[in-house]
Amino acid sequence: MKAKVRFAIAVVVLGLLMTGPFVVTSFLVWVDMGESERQILIDLLVSRLPIGTMMTLFGFGIGVGVLHKLFKQYVEGLLGMAEQLRLMLGANRNFRVKLDGPPEVQQLARVANDLAAQRDALMDDVDSQIAEANASVEEEKNRLAALMSELAQAVVVCNLDGRILLYNNRARLQFKALSQGPTTVAGGALIGLGRSIFSILEKNQVEHSQEIIRQRLSNGKSALANFVTTTRGGQLLRVQMVPVLSAVHEEGEAKMTGYVLTVENITRTLEEEARRDQALHSLTEGSRAALGSIRAAVANLIDYPEMDPELRERFVKVVDDEAARMSQRLDDTMGEFSDSMKTRWPLEDVLAIDVISAAQRRIDDKLKLPSKIEDVDESLWIKADSFSLVFALTFLAERLLDHYQIRDLRFRTSHEGKLAYLDLIWVGQAISSETFYTWEMETMQALGESSSLSLRDVIDRHGGEIWYQRDKAAHRAFFRFVLPVAAPETELLDERRATGRPEYYDFDLFKFEDQTIDLDRKLSDLTYTVFDTETTGLEPSKGDEIIQIGAARIVNNRLLKQETFNQIVDPERPLKPESIPIHGITEDMVRGQPNIDIVLPAFHAFCEETVLIAHNAAFDMRFLQLKEDRTGLRFTQPVLDTLLLSAVVHPNQESHKLDVILERLGISIDTRHNALEDAVATGEVFLKLVPLLEQMGIVTVRQALEAAEKTYFARIKY
Amino acid sequence: MSKKILIADDEPNIVISLEFLMKKEGFDVAVAVDGEEALAKAASFAPDLILLDVMMPKKSGFEVCEALRADPAKADLRIVMLTAKGRDTEVAKGLAIGADAYVTKPFSTKDLVIQVKSLLGMA
Repeated sequence: MKAKVRFAIAVVVLGLLMTGPFVVTSFLVWVDMGESERQILIDLLVSRLPIGTMMTLFGFGIGVGVLHKLFKQYVEGLLGMAEQLRLMLGANRNFRVKLDGPPEVQQLARVANDLAAQRDALMDDVDSQIAEANASVEEEKNRLAALMSELAQAVVVCNLDGRILLYNNRARLQFKALSQGPTTVAGGALIGLGRSIFSILEKNQVEHSQEIIRQRLSNGKSALANFVTTTRGGQLLRVQMVPVLSAVHEEGEAKMTGYVLTVENITRTLEEEARRDQALHSLTEGSRAALGSIRAAVANLIDYPEMDPELRERFVKVVDDEAARMSQRLDDTMGEFSDSMKTRWPLEDVLAIDVISAAQRRIDDKLKLPSKIEDVDESLWIKADSFSLVFALTFLAERLLDHYQIRDLRFRTSHEGKLAYLDLIWVGQAISSETFYTWEMETMQALGESSSLSLRDVIDRHGGEIWYQRDKAAHRAFFRFVLPVAAPETELLDERRATGRPEYYDFDLFKFEDQTIDLDRKLSDLTYTVFDTETTGLEPSKGDEIIQIGAARIVNNRLLKQETFNQIVDPERPLKPESIPIHGITEDMVRGQPNIDIVLPAFHAFCEETVLIAHNAAFDMRFLQLKEDRTGLRFTQPVLDTLLLSAVVHPNQESHKLDVILERLGISIDTRHNALEDAVATGEVFLKLVPLLEQMGIVTVRQALEAAEKTYFARIKY
Repeated sequence: MSKKILIADDEPNIVISLEFLMKKEGFDVAVAVDGEEALAKAASFAPDLILLDVMMPKKSGFEVCEALRADPAKADLRIVMLTAKGRDTEVAKGLAIGADAYVTKPFSTKDLVIQVKSLLGMA
């Protein structure tokens, strides 16, 4: 019942209370009286009725006033307080009830405010704990991402659908090297967050390994599976899979939520192994026949010493023949074998000081020859096979000690550009160049061990040089090893610098299951390809052609600047001079680039399973559509146009040019009018538009498409 | 009458020794230098035992062995396979397709003679 109705009832009750007893008493007295008495009473009352009525009305008025006051304070006042409390509970946490009205109500308000203060303190505490936890989760994510990017192995993390959640730089480089044909123009478009791993690896093999891991998990064994797979280009990959397990909340097995793949290209290793196997085979089985002939012939010679000389001659000839053939075979095999030994030992980055220390230890311990270090740059990295290099140093030290009785040795390093110098210095007698030449060419022996390599081989393996030099003034001489300086991988560093931190991971992808484009999904949940084209002109129907395609991906509401597509296209027709200042692409830049027949399939693969976004998309789509017949490729996915979406959000703004929108939304972009940069700018615009659209109730892709269609601009046709 | 041995091997350097050895042991010896000749001589020369090399031109020792074992008239023929392949799998194959013995090169001539004699029931 409304407060006002209740007030009205209260007023009526008051009125009845004030008049009721008098009216009832009067009626009873009236009934009891005789005719004459009634006449007297009427005479008495009628003359005094106005005063009585006045008094009654006056009293009633005061009564209503008091009632009204009480009602205001205790009913409406409390109702008002209730509204304020509700405000405090929801919309505005910081609101406090105003202290107003009678003391009892004020007391109630004070208690309510105290309760609110206590609640705020608790909530702040929880908030700060959540923030802390989030920060530490973020930190761990970053740590993991950093760790992954440092790993020398190619690592890819996928969810159970085979979507890539995380990959490191090594994986990107490896798959880039693997990608064949048109995808190479896209710079390794195969690998990307949210993309399917099955475009790289065989699906059934991956699923089979998943099954093995599940079985091993349920049997309580260490969960691990290996397989070898062949890529389309004929390369062999060894893949190791370990599961990503969900955190265990209750008793029972942890569930597999994804997997980590470590991928190694073993094509070369296998080839080398096959070669070694062949060498071993020809040494063992190949020798059996020859040895069989020799053994039988020799046995005959021994067992029948009285045989006639001609026959004896023939047996001896057999032994001679076969022995010569075996020697030849051994030589051939060793030749091949040492080749494959060379390829087996790749150069690695080592500190020059580490190589020297290792050599020093061996020379001190085994040769009892003291050595010192002078002028060694402790931060000099070289590319070396440290084992053979240390062996070479020890070999030279031993030779010097044996032939020239040197007393001590010194090491020195220096470097000049890409070359590192490692000097082995001694005081005393000079050696002849003939001696050094001999030392250089013979297979090395040191400390009783022998190597299959000569000093020259070691130097050649390093792509280096060695010479002998004298410092006459100081009565010193030295061998100088020239070795390559290990250069840091600049490409890797550049990318990190550009973006602050690697974007190769996205753990939120764990949440999504299958991802065929569903128009009723939220705009912020989908994977997009934002793209832009540069063209020779504005009229595709009159022969204008695409000369550049640039694109970037948006995954989980984040623009991935590292997963981009950027390709200049040879339009196979002259550029229009007036358009060159606009796109900045000249004839020279276009010549020798792939034509649209090669680029379009690569771009098609790049935007597979994504929603397309472009600014003024109709223009770009028209160019793509005109190529449908020629390439047989159709871009059938939904297309969002940032120009139209901007018009949806700001219908009263005059211009929806990209520059204007960028300024309106407060996005600053360095350079523009290059397809990739414009695509990135378009992506930034889209990400800003998503929350604005959401405010208007446009949440899904379908809603966005419908809203865009309704705007005026949709009617423009190219 | 002396027993007859057919030596089937394409390596003259081992044939010369085997031929000399077997003759010294008193056997009648014939030589074949490839798989087809081995089959022809097995028919014409009618040996009691054949020393059969695995790696031969035209027909491998395995093929010759299989062909010989397919002929019931030659059930008594003893077959000793000689090979430069020492793998377990090949030994198993040779014995499985009907060879009586499998000798891997290099071998001791004395042991070979003992084996041949025992197969021919002369030991």
